[in-house]
Amino acid sequence: MSFEPKIIAFCCHYCAFAAADLAGSMRLSYPSNVKIVKIPCTGRVDVIHLLKAFEKGADGVYVAGCLEGNCHYIEGNIWAKKRVKSVKKLLDDIGIGGERLEMYNMSAAMGQRFAEVANEMTERIRQLGPSPLKRNLSDESNDGCEETCSTETPERSTVEV
Amino acid sequence: MAGEAGNFDVALTKKPRYVNESICTGCTTCAEYCPVKYPDQFNQDISQNKAVHIYFAQAVPLVSYIDESCIYLKEKKCRICESVCKQKAIDFGQRAEKREVSVGAIILAPGLEPYDPKVRGDYGYGKMQNVVTSMDFERLACATGPYEGEILRASDKKHPHKIAWIQCVGSRAVTPGSNSYCSAVCCTYTQKQVIVTKEHDAGVECTIFHNDIRSYGKDFERFYERAANLPGVRFIRSYVSIGKEDPKTKNVSIRYATPDDGVKEEEFDMVVLSVGLAPPAGFKGLADKFGIELNSHGFCKTEPFNPMKTSRPGIFVSGGFQGPTDIPEAVFTASGASSQIGEFLNFRRDRLTTERKYPLERDVSGEAPKVGVYVCHCGTNIGKVVNVPSMVEYAMTLPNVVYAKEQLFSCATNSAKEIADLAREKGLNRVVIAACSPRTLEGLFRDTLREAGINQYYLEMANVREHCSWVHSKEKEEAIQKAKDLIRMSVARASRLEPLQEFDLPVNKAALVIGGGIAGMTCALSIANQGHHVHLVEKEADLGGTARRIHATLEGMDVQAYLRDLIRKVYQHQLIHVYTDATITDASGYVGNFATRVKCDRGLIEIKHGATVIAVGADIYQPTEYLYGKDDRVMTHLELDEQINKGDERVIDAESVVMIQCVGCRNEDRNYCSRVCCSESIKNALTLKKKNPAADVYILFRDIRTYGFKEDYYREASSKGVRFIRFEPQDPPLVEAVKDGGRSVLRVTVTDPILGKKLEIDADIIALAAAVVPTPGNTEISKLFKVSLGPDDFFKEAHVKLRPVEFGTEGVYLCGMAHYPKHMSETINQAYGAAGRALTLLSHDTVVASGSVCDVNEKQCMACGHCIKACTYGAIDWRQTRDGNKALVNPILCKGCGLCNSKCPTGAIQLRHFTDDALTSQIDAAVPDEEKVIEQAYAAVGAV
Repeated sequence: MSFEPKIIAFCCHYCAFAAADLAGSMRLSYPSNVKIVKIPCTGRVDVIHLLKAFEKGADGVYVAGCLEGNCHYIEGNIWAKKRVKSVKKLLDDIGIGGERLEMYNMSAAMGQRFAEVANEMTERIRQLGPSPLKRNLSDESNDGCEETCSTETPERSTVEV
Repeated sequence: MAGEAGNFDVALTKKPRYVNESICTGCTTCAEYCPVKYPDQFNQDISQNKAVHIYFAQAVPLVSYIDESCIYLKEKKCRICESVCKQKAIDFGQRAEKREVSVGAIILAPGLEPYDPKVRGDYGYGKMQNVVTSMDFERLACATGPYEGEILRASDKKHPHKIAWIQCVGSRAVTPGSNSYCSAVCCTYTQKQVIVTKEHDAGVECTIFHNDIRSYGKDFERFYERAANLPGVRFIRSYVSIGKEDPKTKNVSIRYATPDDGVKEEEFDMVVLSVGLAPPAGFKGLADKFGIELNSHGFCKTEPFNPMKTSRPGIFVSGGFQGPTDIPEAVFTASGASSQIGEFLNFRRDRLTTERKYPLERDVSGEAPKVGVYVCHCGTNIGKVVNVPSMVEYAMTLPNVVYAKEQLFSCATNSAKEIADLAREKGLNRVVIAACSPRTLEGLFRDTLREAGINQYYLEMANVREHCSWVHSKEKEEAIQKAKDLIRMSVARASRLEPLQEFDLPVNKAALVIGGGIAGMTCALSIANQGHHVHLVEKEADLGGTARRIHATLEGMDVQAYLRDLIRKVYQHQLIHVYTDATITDASGYVGNFATRVKCDRGLIEIKHGATVIAVGADIYQPTEYLYGKDDRVMTHLELDEQINKGDERVIDAESVVMIQCVGCRNEDRNYCSRVCCSESIKNALTLKKKNPAADVYILFRDIRTYGFKEDYYREASSKGVRFIRFEPQDPPLVEAVKDGGRSVLRVTVTDPILGKKLEIDADIIALAAAVVPTPGNTEISKLFKVSLGPDDFFKEAHVKLRPVEFGTEGVYLCGMAHYPKHMSETINQAYGAAGRALTLLSHDTVVASGSVCDVNEKQCMACGHCIKACTYGAIDWRQTRDGNKALVNPILCKGCGLCNSKCPTGAIQLRHFTDDALTSQIDAAVPDEEKVIEQAYAAVGAV
């Protein structure tokens, strides 16, 4: 079976979530891989949420907020951008890969853009393949090897600290 | 009806239902056993129903009634229903009930009737089985329709593969029995039906035979393009006649003509007649009963500058009885008529109100989560793509779920009651509704939880419609999987939710109205007449807005006289405070408590207000086309209006005037129709013809969009010799200044699609129907008041159809051309509508603030101050305790964004309802456990 990535999108209530609703009303088709977690503002997204998403099995994660300068809460999306940038670096450092995480901006009127982003991100993660957290384990656990599992444990602690 | 404005006595007759509605549970056992089959009126007589039945699936109240086909009522036989009803709800002893009510004012909202083509036998309707009306088709395509959403032909109950729509049936015709006006809604509803048909079966060929395409409403142009660009859809501009019905296949042939192929005959499996709108049944009797006048079309006659006022004081009209109208306009007038009654009966306000009481909230803090899951079919919107029963089954397997059920429409009154009743019965303490977007109906379902005695913050919604069935309709397997994921995530989140309390905030009783045009002034007066201070700010030195440039309406009303009167009333009103030359420099606050700083003729001032109305109007496009600005004989239609009224001889004595429509809109840059220009140009053409009958007046157009009663003026212009020439957007007219035999003229070259030839018209004056464009200030205003703009930069209302005068941001309302281009009468409708909505806020002493705000756990707070710096609203401050400083949130100022939550290094400050706990549980559930390889690995080594 071909690989279908699991993608979690953190969408702010006022713009990205509304844009997703609009994409629905416009009946725009996009891959079903994306599952939305609604938050009041992207500024609410914390590093821990992004990392948890990967730990809990996501292959890709993105944060979608209002257009810059148009945040309903003034500058929550600017903070989210900085946070995403730093977590991307962290993901690079720990071998998951920063390109699995992205920040997007869209207005509530941009249903089309929402669908585009969902397409773009799904395609990107399909190219990248399963998250290394899963890949290593699933490949090697096929051999029934417990040793490989324990080699993953330090990585987990890296993530959680 | 007797009495007069302020004191009407109305006698009502309630027909017997023969069912006791207080004990009927709507179980429909009676209908199952009833032996009488009778054409189902709600389903256009296409399918059969029983003599005892529920009128339709979402009827309120959802209980049975017995109609005149009952054989007991006719012949005293049967009474089977009586014996099978376990509730003993059948009551043949019921008689018509008389009731008398005393009221101060009356709103007439009888709606409209679809035009019936059977009367004249139009297009074979009633004779050919596969010719249906658009109303028939609407029922056929509906989930609760005659064939449960399957579109089937009457002749053989097979799916049609080739469907034709014929537009303007019963409308825009002066033949006896037809209506001369345009029914205003058929173009767009047909496009909707085409899109729905293609969703049912993408292979269906859809052909629409039309006259002008009138997509003049907000976002309608894009909607039209969406329908037109679907594969297998043809829009053909042609009059048609019905040929014959094939005796064997019962297919229907249609004759039509195209410029390329001439007259053709083509066969279709089904023909849909897009019937127009007629006045409500019994309109004459209604008019007599209420003593009101009707117009020549049988609709309510209204005051020209107050379309909600009938000829009799104290009686108002809203919706379709004003004339053919779409949903948003009907909603404007519903809210607007109530505002006018509010003005009229203000002295008696609040005498009959009673407070709504909810049952006591059950304390469930000691209980384990008991989640109830309701999965909505939304007719077929969800159910057609996602298998709802399997979702219910799946939900039952999830942790903490103790009950799950499917519902046809969770939002229907009976479903909400069912949710509340079951919650009590099953002891639920959390509810998940898998249905549409929480942005639409969260409020409604929260109320349902309160009715059930459960804290409203124990509600969670899974959006399986907008985020699933509507976007993944082509991949059902994937859609089903995603719906499961979304429900699982919601259940996980619901299990971690906490009960929260809301706050009552005082409401500042004043309103701020931004914009002193007709919209702003009308709205300000209506609010002030209900006893509230209104601050009216206008950027120009004078009130009046765009209307100052218009001398008369198409209907001939004197705009300037009206405007003078309106401005006088505004200045004389002691509760209205006018600020001119005004700029808003800053705005802060929230619903009920805004503070706005204004730089104006009175200096820099701060206004405190509870409600805000945005009525900033719109601008006119400055054309760059057709030599505008280079040759002073080229002007906009507004400038032409001004010149005609100034008596400019160049214009009045012109031998030839050419008007070019759609300048600066319906193109790539501005993909919308400016709605008013066709009527404006026809008004100017008629005025010119009146002043100088010898003048040649040409209107070059793409579609003439004189919707509603304005169609009559289009006909009048044609009959008076105004020449209408259609052009295609890819081949627009060409304008050049030339000298012809010593006469200096503007030569217009245009291709006439009927003649298929280039025409040359020599004009003395050219008037451009320049687009109505949003004002550049919209962006600034939208930022200041935290409201959004649509794709064309007009203000974006909370809901296109259902909440067209308010914003998603509470306490901010919208009217006039800031919303979308519109005629003066429509602006007045909407202005009263906005006043009505603002009054629902201002008439209360308090407004309820969200419980989803931040809160500090002082034990964890180490006084680093990050949260205080993070808060944009100054909602967090220090509190001195015995253990030193601790952060303290002012819940009234907190907006619930959670920025501080993400900044707090210890997790002491948490945004309620979006706590780390709730969010992580939702994230955790996003991937099914069996696919979480890493967790399985931890489990294997005992690391978790």
